[in-house]
Amino acid sequence: MDDNARREYWRKNLTLMAVLLVIWALVSFGAGILFVDALNEVTFLGFPLGFWFAQQGSIIVFVILIAVYVWRMDRLDAEYGVEEYEGEVHHS
Amino acid sequence: MSDIQTWTLVFVVLTFSLYIYIAYRSRVSDTAGFYVAGGGIPAPANGAAIAADWMSAASFISLAGIVAFAGNGYAGSVYLMGWTGGYVLLALLLAPYLRKFGKYTIPDFVGDRYNETARLVAVVAAIVVSFVYVAGQMAGVGVVFTRFLNVNTTTGVVIGMAIVFFYAVLGGMKGITWTQVTQYSVLIVAYLIPAVAVSQKVTGVPLPQIGFGRILEELNALQTDLGIAQYTEAFTQTSRANMVLITAALMFGTAGLPHVIVRFYTAKSVRAARFSALWALFFIALLYTTAPSVAAFSKLQIFKDVSGTSLADMPSWFTTWASVGLITGPAAADGTMPAVADLNGNGVIDITGAASDVANEVTINNDIIVLASPEIGGLPAPIVGLVAAGALAAALSTASGLLLVISSSVANDVYYKKINPRASEKQQLLVGRVAMAAAIVVAGYLGINPPGFVAQVVALAFGLAAASFFPILVLGIFWKRCTAKGAMWGMIVGLLTTMAYMLWTIDIYGNSEGIWGIPETGFGTVGMVINFVVTVLVSLVTEKPSPQMQELVEEIRYPGRTALVAAHAEGTDLG
Repeated sequence: MDDNARREYWRKNLTLMAVLLVIWALVSFGAGILFVDALNEVTFLGFPLGFWFAQQGSIIVFVILIAVYVWRMDRLDAEYGVEEYEGEVHHS
Repeated sequence: MSDIQTWTLVFVVLTFSLYIYIAYRSRVSDTAGFYVAGGGIPAPANGAAIAADWMSAASFISLAGIVAFAGNGYAGSVYLMGWTGGYVLLALLLAPYLRKFGKYTIPDFVGDRYNETARLVAVVAAIVVSFVYVAGQMAGVGVVFTRFLNVNTTTGVVIGMAIVFFYAVLGGMKGITWTQVTQYSVLIVAYLIPAVAVSQKVTGVPLPQIGFGRILEELNALQTDLGIAQYTEAFTQTSRANMVLITAALMFGTAGLPHVIVRFYTAKSVRAARFSALWALFFIALLYTTAPSVAAFSKLQIFKDVSGTSLADMPSWFTTWASVGLITGPAAADGTMPAVADLNGNGVIDITGAASDVANEVTINNDIIVLASPEIGGLPAPIVGLVAAGALAAALSTASGLLLVISSSVANDVYYKKINPRASEKQQLLVGRVAMAAAIVVAGYLGINPPGFVAQVVALAFGLAAASFFPILVLGIFWKRCTAKGAMWGMIVGLLTTMAYMLWTIDIYGNSEGIWGIPETGFGTVGMVINFVVTVLVSLVTEKPSPQMQELVEEIRYPGRTALVAAHAEGTDLG
């Protein structure tokens, strides 16, 4: 990669990270703690919604966030020609 | 011997033999194999190993109990979100870059990216954090052996130590990893079977994550009757601000724990490191979304079976756990826990909360909820035995991962890097194995004389990790201008402030209210912010890192083999 491509790759990586981390904070600190009372007014499948986010929803969203990250980074690597193949091991 | 004991013995012997067999098959003879399994573990296996390493005695044995009984119900959410949310930070901010860097330990990264003094501080921090954490695991092993096999705690811990000694000393990271994959399978099956069975029995929905919604209304009503705040109500014990602080400390601590981070070095490539994080959180989430439902089902059943029942009519699980002192009356004035008794003489035993006119007569130890859940739910003896084996798997897998961190810190970061840089592979391996053996003995001692109850001790390790490692790792990757002096002072100030605050506020030491009512478990977040600020300020007034170092930081941001990282991996000094 030349310097330009590197800068672009890094900028796209940072943007993706920022978006995912905002969602991460919104479901846990937001829905699970800060706005829990308001969300608890809504009930779904027997769960007050804020309580559900604190004990179930946030965890499920965390898994999805990492899945999206892995998938988008794979595409980004391919786009910039830095994708890796299994079996590539470099250790000291 | 009762049915339960026989089945427990069968499962324990069966699983222990399996671990030993696997360890024997994957024994190693070089340092790369011993420290990072040669960097050749496939992502799903690595994910399962990380999950087993991660889910300790605290997750398996105590988590559901803490959610059910340490607070009203909602208050326990800090652990559920905190111990999973950190993986998002790990996956996005640390795992791929540390894997690209390609060394063995956290102090390796710190020493190479910053300087030798910073490496030493990191070694000390890694060892302190790991010992605090491992003490809780051995104590967990003791609980299981005492209750299920009727041996005393000391014998139980010694048996656990012997097993870990065998496979960790022989197989190093490779043995530990493949054993952990097996241990994950054992522990998740042991956790899910009773949860599914109970959910099916009580609600007709076999998925505990859904079934648990069906009983919340009943549980809320019951808690109101007994004078306890509703199960789903927020902020009855812990304030909004403290919920945020504790959750954050656990999340950032997760992303700074040496025994978790080192697992990403075992991945095959940067891409595999990302996938390992995904698999790990997926496997962890299976247990972590089940735990709150186990908590709710057990709590409902316990209230129904115990409250308002006379001592003579108690279910058998109540009597057995009371006989080992894990179900007791409320604490006496001198702090001892007397046996359960009908204190007010109304003929029945009452479980009540602060808002009730009737005084509470029962204290249930958090650690028994999961272990007792099959009996509480009326499930057959083999399942009880399986749960005991699962709890041991959880405790042993975490203990072995931590012991490896301690051993590699001593052998690689201290002996090889500081004392004898010319040491041969054989000498390094020997030192690693001796350090491991010594660490096992210390951990065993801490397990027999535990410094507090399992999860509380573990929770403190997170605060320390958040305050020492997380900021300097992230800044080391994302900020080229971050200097050695900055990182060193950040770590020292962050770690010392947090330790001082903990000693000052914990009941057994200082027992102070602290500042603004911040609990010791939440102070790690404050320590982390202090670390960030100090690191940045000191970095700005000290000399920039060398252009070569800045170029190295640049290169670890991209996957694939690059010249400078390769040269660095071969040992070229980049100053």
